[in-house]
Amino acid sequence: MAKPALFTALLELADDQLILGHRLSEWCGKGPILEEDLAMSNLALDLIGQARNLYAYAGKVEGKGRSEDDLAYLRLEAEYTNCLLVERSNGDFAHTMLRQLYFAAFMQAYWQAALALGDEVVRGIAGKSVKEMAYHVRHCAEWVIRLGDGTEESARRMADAVEALHIYTGEMFEMSAAAAECAKNGVLPNRADLRDGWQTSIDDIFAQAMLSAPVVAYPQTGGRYGQHTEAMGHILAELQYVQRTHPGLRW
Amino acid sequence: MSKNIPLWEVFIRPRNGLAHKHCGSLHATDEVMALQAARDTYTRRGEGLSVWVVPSAAISASDPDRAAENFEPAVDKVYRHPTFYDIPDDVGHM
Repeated sequence: MAKPALFTALLELADDQLILGHRLSEWCGKGPILEEDLAMSNLALDLIGQARNLYAYAGKVEGKGRSEDDLAYLRLEAEYTNCLLVERSNGDFAHTMLRQLYFAAFMQAYWQAALALGDEVVRGIAGKSVKEMAYHVRHCAEWVIRLGDGTEESARRMADAVEALHIYTGEMFEMSAAAAECAKNGVLPNRADLRDGWQTSIDDIFAQAMLSAPVVAYPQTGGRYGQHTEAMGHILAELQYVQRTHPGLRW
Repeated sequence: MSKNIPLWEVFIRPRNGLAHKHCGSLHATDEVMALQAARDTYTRRGEGLSVWVVPSAAISASDPDRAAENFEPAVDKVYRHPTFYDIPDDVGHM
């Protein structure tokens, strides 16, 4: 298989984990209660750990000597290919939990599918990540259920979050040319195949949470081609600041 | 916010064969969330294989003001400690 396709597809995957991990890390010290502050930092660290493994492997596949840090910190906005959902702002706690549930339910299925594929490194990352994502789904689903079926205010906030974020969910299952080539060669899972299972999981949780998914008239897309929302520049400004100001700085 | 959320006591069993040991407390809305918070708060560094959570309100505690009558009578009764027996070498570590 052509190496550029695997490199490109690994970056899509790594960017998703890095950007969402960064978003979650913004809650550190600001959580609604101490216990949840720790929980969200844990979720963030899971994602950043997965991003590190994926960037390191992508750098190796590319073969130009770029390290995980080079790939994470030293690209331009249009070169990041994460889906738009992960860059959406944290909003209130309901928004953050819902965004995490949407994404983790998708990634749990993705890593599960990757366990059966032919690339040994991908299988290794999947084996660790599938357990982490199962916990993310469990934790966030419990909150979505409690908030959706909670007080009048929590139900309203949860419904607002669904309204704001559901339009970004379809993009998770889109196949770029690189992802399609990797799926065809049995190296990475086909994201489009995961949509029905994801929908069933979300429907089940929404039924318990007294929520309903809106019909999406205008699905939002573009992240896989480097077309981001206005949020992305702000994320990168903070994420890249240290490496841009002190190039080559190490821990 | 946390004053409206019940307090839970957390017990962790570090290894098979050992007992659950109290390690701290936390706030959570119910037992499901309490177990998750316990996992995130107290088992991040591989501390345990099993977690119990118990509502703090369910624990009855001894009165510190009665410590003298409760515990001090035991102090001078050294014969209650099994330290006066010779243990045969074949028994090994006890």
